[in-house]
Amino acid sequence: MEPVSADERGPWRLALRRFLRNRFAVAALALFFLIVLFVLAAPLWADHVAHTGPNETHTLQKLQVGDETREVVTPAGIPIGPQWFEAGGKFFLGADSRLGRDEMVRLMYGGRTSLFIGIVSALITTLAAIVLGLLAGYYRGWVDAVIARVLDVLWSLPVLLFGIALGTSLAIGGLKIGPLELSGGSIWIPIFVISVFTVPYMARPLRGEVLALKEKEFVEAAVAQGAGPLRVMIGEILPNLASTIIVFFTLNIANNMLFEAALSFLGAGVQPPNSSWGSMISIGEELLTTQPLLAIIPGAMILLTVLSLNIVGDGLRDALDPRSKVRLEAHAGIVEPEGASV
Amino acid sequence: MARFIVRRMAGMVIVLFAVSVLVFLVFNVIPNSNPAERLAGKNATPVLVKSIEEEWGFDKSLPEQYVTMMKKVFNGELTSYSPRIPVDERIAEGVPATLSLSIGAGIIWLFFGLLLGYIAAVRAGGKLDKFLTGLSIAGISIPVFLIAPVLIYFLTYKLEIFPSGGYVPFSEEPWEWFTHLILPWVTVAILSIGFYSRVLRSSMLDVMNEEYVRTARAKGLSERQVMTRHVLRNSLVPIVTLFGLDFGATVAGTAIITESFFNIEGVGLYAAESISKLELPPIMGVTLYGAFFVVFVNALVDIAYAYLDPRVRLGAAAR
Repeated sequence: MEPVSADERGPWRLALRRFLRNRFAVAALALFFLIVLFVLAAPLWADHVAHTGPNETHTLQKLQVGDETREVVTPAGIPIGPQWFEAGGKFFLGADSRLGRDEMVRLMYGGRTSLFIGIVSALITTLAAIVLGLLAGYYRGWVDAVIARVLDVLWSLPVLLFGIALGTSLAIGGLKIGPLELSGGSIWIPIFVISVFTVPYMARPLRGEVLALKEKEFVEAAVAQGAGPLRVMIGEILPNLASTIIVFFTLNIANNMLFEAALSFLGAGVQPPNSSWGSMISIGEELLTTQPLLAIIPGAMILLTVLSLNIVGDGLRDALDPRSKVRLEAHAGIVEPEGASV
Repeated sequence: MARFIVRRMAGMVIVLFAVSVLVFLVFNVIPNSNPAERLAGKNATPVLVKSIEEEWGFDKSLPEQYVTMMKKVFNGELTSYSPRIPVDERIAEGVPATLSLSIGAGIIWLFFGLLLGYIAAVRAGGKLDKFLTGLSIAGISIPVFLIAPVLIYFLTYKLEIFPSGGYVPFSEEPWEWFTHLILPWVTVAILSIGFYSRVLRSSMLDVMNEEYVRTARAKGLSERQVMTRHVLRNSLVPIVTLFGLDFGATVAGTAIITESFFNIEGVGLYAAESISKLELPPIMGVTLYGAFFVVFVNALVDIAYAYLDPRVRLGAAAR
């Protein structure tokens, strides 16, 4: 029997095989799906196990555990600690603060917010970066000059500081750009803030790739066949960017979730009554001496999610482009010193 | 070299202008409400709002508003309104603490990052290599807001090894200054050690393939001399750029979160407190000064880079 040569399989199937052979990355992907399942199960847990919502307060209530009654919040204002299954799943991780809200329910709903913001802002960033990268790399000239300069300036800013500035002033005032209108408490505000400030980290490398791809013969061939700019950009260049985009998208979710957590921790991100893992940490921080888990568990959830995404992203890069040498370095957005001279 | 510096400084001035316009847009134009009301803070009286409106000239055109804002910031007239406290003074008071935190952390991560990276490069392919790869992925994934509470809870409250929070000025009690800063330093530094060691490692492995390294070996230098004089020196170039960027990002970013966990009375804590009170003028001041600081550090780094690597300055001059 003749051996099947590698060329007969598509590059995507080969990449998939390479990815599946990387056990570490596969395990990380499984972990990420578990976390997604965990937050998706929030309403189930809230309705059928905890019998409470993420914002329901239980300050003066008592909890029947066996023969014992326990106060959800002591008169001194200390919330109850983890009950695990002793109270039938109620207050599995204890209560969150002197408001006596169920920490487990909040953890699941907060995770929804964190993941939602991370994924949606990564989608927006990716879309914007593709458009900007294609336009700048394809048209060059003044289009490129304008886009590249704007990206350079955004890139050199202290992102967290500007995120805080924009997040806070929008939280107070809300946003109105043309038909887009957001109120101060909307979770679309942190999404908007994060997307704006992370675009350059993705658009700059994409622009570089487009610049290189435009020189390739297949682009010349397409133009010679009479393809217009749009068809060349979308039909010829974009497919060649796919592997970069997939890797960056994955890493971008991780990065954006950290960004969101930092903003929400400081009060410049998700606004109450919404909560996210970041804002839960800032509530938990006040009780660090008595109930340390309140700050540590949401932090650990962020770590697990971000770590799994970073490992998956790294594995995808290995699988999609086995030749790539610079890996983590590119993620941090530092590699090329050419960008250093503005 | 002089030409490069002049060009770079001109570039910096343009970026500073762009940054100041961006700050103006962020605070006074993009949000959808009366800017005077936003600046006044919560529970402001109509009289105060009216006076802020006049003070900042919000009835005038946008360019005029921009000029007024910049004048206020750089003449040190920016104040928070409830109560009225000059922003500049508070920022100046916080600078020593923030710089103590950032510089100390920078020294720690640079030292350990370079040390581990050097060892890993000399013994490429070993166990340390794998460990560092893991450490750097973990490093970019572990949030400050996990490290800080864990360290504080276990080392401060449980084991009582370190003093709990606060900042003691170096001029008052140097030893207390040091012990109070150890945990915050570790919190900030631990994130970067793995990453720096990997960058140094890969950069050293690249340099080791260069011909001048072969020449150095051929002329009979000892392995240690080849490594330190030729390989390490040339591998440090990317580290310089990286460090400049990260140092700026620490001062104007990570420090805010770290200071609010450890209660260090620096610029970051001032910013964090202002956010929770929804007071905009201090955030405006901190953002503008922070951004200027970062842009300035980046320019310095580029100049240092050009000094270390003639190809950069000659390339830039030829353009």
